[in-house]
Amino acid sequence: MTTTTAPTPVLEASGVTMRFGGLTAVRSVDLTVNSGEIVGLIGPNGAGKTTFFNCLTGLYVPTEGKVSYKGKVLPPKPHLVTSAGIARTFQNIRLFANMTVLENVLVGRHTRTKEGLWSALLRGPGFRKAEAASRERAMELLEFIGLDHKADHLSRNLPYGEQRKLEIARAMASDPGLLLLDEPTAGMNPQETRATEELVFAIRDRGIAVLVIEHDMRFIFNLSDRVACLVQGEKLVEGTSEVVQGDERVIAAYLGTPFEGAPGDEEAAEVEAAEAGAAEAAEAAEAAEASSSTSKEGTAQ
Amino acid sequence: MASNDTTAPERGLIALPQSVARVLVAVGAVATIASTFMSWTYTDEFPGDLTYYGSPAGLQILDLVAGIFTLLFALTLWNVRGLGWLNPSGATQPVVLASCSAFAVSWFSAIAIAVDLKGLVALDPGAYVTAVGSLIALLGALALPKPGDTFKDYVTKPDNIPPAAKIPVWGERLVITGATAAALIIFAYGIGVDPEASETFLGYLLLVVFGIWALMTAGLFDRFATLNSRHKGFATSMAFLAAALFPFVENNEHNSNLGVNILVVATVALGLNIVVGLTGLLDLGYVAFLGVGAYAAALVSGSEFSRFSGVQFPFWAAMLTGMAASLVFGVLIGAPTLRLRGDYLAIVTLGFGEIFRISVNNMDGSSGPNLTNGPNGISMIPDLNIFGFNFGSSHDVGGVTLGRFANYFLLMLIITAIVVVVFNRAADSRIGRSWIAIREDETAATAMGINGFRVKLIAFALGASLAGLAGTVSAHVGYSVNPAPYQFAGSVPPNSAFLLAAVVLGGMGTVNGPILGASLLYLLPEKLGFLREYQLLAFGLALVILMRFRPEGIVANRRRQLEFHDTGQLDIPEQALPDTTVGVTKAGA
Ligand SMILES: Nc1ncnc2c1ncn2[C@@H]1O[C@H](COP(=O)(O)OP(=O)(O)OP(=O)(O)O)[C@@H](O)[C@H]1O
Ligand SMILES: [Mg+2]
Repeated sequence: MTTTTAPTPVLEASGVTMRFGGLTAVRSVDLTVNSGEIVGLIGPNGAGKTTFFNCLTGLYVPTEGKVSYKGKVLPPKPHLVTSAGIARTFQNIRLFANMTVLENVLVGRHTRTKEGLWSALLRGPGFRKAEAASRERAMELLEFIGLDHKADHLSRNLPYGEQRKLEIARAMASDPGLLLLDEPTAGMNPQETRATEELVFAIRDRGIAVLVIEHDMRFIFNLSDRVACLVQGEKLVEGTSEVVQGDERVIAAYLGTPFEGAPGDEEAAEVEAAEAGAAEAAEAAEAAEASSSTSKEGTAQ
Repeated sequence: MASNDTTAPERGLIALPQSVARVLVAVGAVATIASTFMSWTYTDEFPGDLTYYGSPAGLQILDLVAGIFTLLFALTLWNVRGLGWLNPSGATQPVVLASCSAFAVSWFSAIAIAVDLKGLVALDPGAYVTAVGSLIALLGALALPKPGDTFKDYVTKPDNIPPAAKIPVWGERLVITGATAAALIIFAYGIGVDPEASETFLGYLLLVVFGIWALMTAGLFDRFATLNSRHKGFATSMAFLAAALFPFVENNEHNSNLGVNILVVATVALGLNIVVGLTGLLDLGYVAFLGVGAYAAALVSGSEFSRFSGVQFPFWAAMLTGMAASLVFGVLIGAPTLRLRGDYLAIVTLGFGEIFRISVNNMDGSSGPNLTNGPNGISMIPDLNIFGFNFGSSHDVGGVTLGRFANYFLLMLIITAIVVVVFNRAADSRIGRSWIAIREDETAATAMGINGFRVKLIAFALGASLAGLAGTVSAHVGYSVNPAPYQFAGSVPPNSAFLLAAVVLGGMGTVNGPILGASLLYLLPEKLGFLREYQLLAFGLALVILMRFRPEGIVANRRRQLEFHDTGQLDIPEQALPDTTVGVTKAGA
């Protein structure tokens, strides 16, 4: 959407590989996110999207590959990644359940404030000023996502959709340059999904690049400047929404039809991949329906 | 009640006209009051000597209080002017619970007399009057309108309590002062009960439990909490002032000694609360840090049994030494283990606690280096002398003679105050929030930019040094230090299990909780001699019961109360919820 003349990369991941024992969850993935961009990351369940996020944010130490933010290589420590400028949300909401909404966002301010134990104990003017500034910023963010009227509620008592929004506010509190959203609309109804779409655009307009995982295809293709599709840990295609939407390999991967050169599936590749016939496609669609109803998110069903 | 709500057909458990029910409560209460001026038994063998006419003693005083309490609540049912504040919603529950307090104290006394002495013949007419009177009051209370269909409704606070009427600021402060004074008197009375008179103490417990329960269901505790939060600084100062008055009210060395010991364990429990309650780290060897502080202070106290007997630090330096020593040990234990997840820390701290005790036991010069004088410990620790004020001798203050333990009580109170301030300030800050975040979800906390290891180590080290601080005073109070008390579980406090139980029973993450928990756990075995051998069993039972019925502890953190009882939201003024499209428009703007 916003086409700047010389896009500067915010995130550069190259050759990121993550192995769990014998399982390679992410295989040599390269991905770049430029400033001002919204990039979508799609792929069937178990494709390794969340694992890739965890590699980016230091929750996992990638087996191979490197991740850099604005040209600097990131150490695989979550708190250092966050203070460098990458913030994230979680697929399975991980708010601080017994803290208030405001306190959740204040925790997000952690890396951007300095006050240690001594200043907390002595309560000098510096401490008060910093605390007031944090509160002001947190309230501003709550207003941005429309939760300011619930600042004093416990986050565990919020409805699901608001919890997801609060996670976004908490992540934004660390003043990130890049925001990673892991399935931000999972479990939301169509209106809430629409609202989240608006919210992501508004975040981008604040100058924050966004990398978003989502299973809701309409959402992701509406939103993203670029979409990458991950299948069995490998990046299958990357391109504009139109390109990815039209790519038959993507469709095949989602529908579960084998095709020539399917990544990460050597044995299957050795078998002569049959062209997807009409009858086969119908069968596959059924299978896909069955598997998507068992998927843990239950998105857009 | 009928005056409040005339539409609903109201019936009690016992079918009686409302006017009769009310009269019964009042008559029963008056009879109970009158009975306390009569003799309950003819011999003075029963603790407290209840043989006199005209002067209540021991259990009779408690029963008198319970009777007055019941009468006051009974009068609220007639809307007597000036008593409305006691039962703002005119509810049945507080009346029932108040009459339960009178009933419990009366019947407990009568039964205790009959059991202790030789059967019913030991009872004088007064005992029968109190038993019958309190029974009438209870029956009358049960004939009042049912608060609900289940038993539970009788013991829970009703929802329809109106907010308190506006009173001027000085009035609010007066209320806080009065309530604090009442708390001091109640507490001092409990501490002052003769340790031989277990019966009296049990009666005291019955009265306090039912009385507090009645006040709670009347909604007075909530109102008081609101007042307190509005005058936080004032309320805290009043609480400390009241505590400082304790040695004057209960001017007796034995009780002052009890008071100091309670303050020590309460302070240490509060330090542990930073580690366990705020940060969620299970520390099973916490008492060792108290030991480190105590030993450090003993070593530099100038005692002739100290390895460095020539060295005598001034108290401030000894205090810093104790804190620093505990801090060093805290960091030494914490640094390797806090990188790991919870369970490892529990095991390592458990091990550390035992290692500390065993090492101290062996460092006597024969089985190890000579440092701690082995199982004999370091005794004859000289009394403190701060700016010429000798803690060992008595001083006259305002006409009251304060003895050695009273002096130490006041010193320890200052230390407790420091720890309370440290706890409050640390908890309500960036670092405190990061502790709570780690407790809630460590992964999410680190993903929000919190260096988990670092902030956990700070919590651990702060907790350790606060325990060390308390240890420096306790070394001087007790004349000597030896390895025995610093174990994981034992029959005498402080031990790690005791401290942990104090925190969990009292209420994790709160200030008042661990202080109350530690006081109760210390006082109960002290006053109830028969319990002493079964102390650990009683601890266990109390914990199981509490976890079943009130998992957030006696004093609930706002937060934890919501967590366990799903009452919805914090006590904030209700606001109309804006429609949900706000987020869209704001975000889209
Ligand atoms: N910690 C782990 N240990 C072992 N295997 C793991 C671990 N985390 C993820 N995996 C495996 O890696 C693969 C990729 O999982 P991941 O959660 O990244 O998928 P995803 O693309 O996010 O799927 P979904 O759309 O269902 O969220 C799965 O097969 C999963 O079982
Ligand atoms: Mg996932």
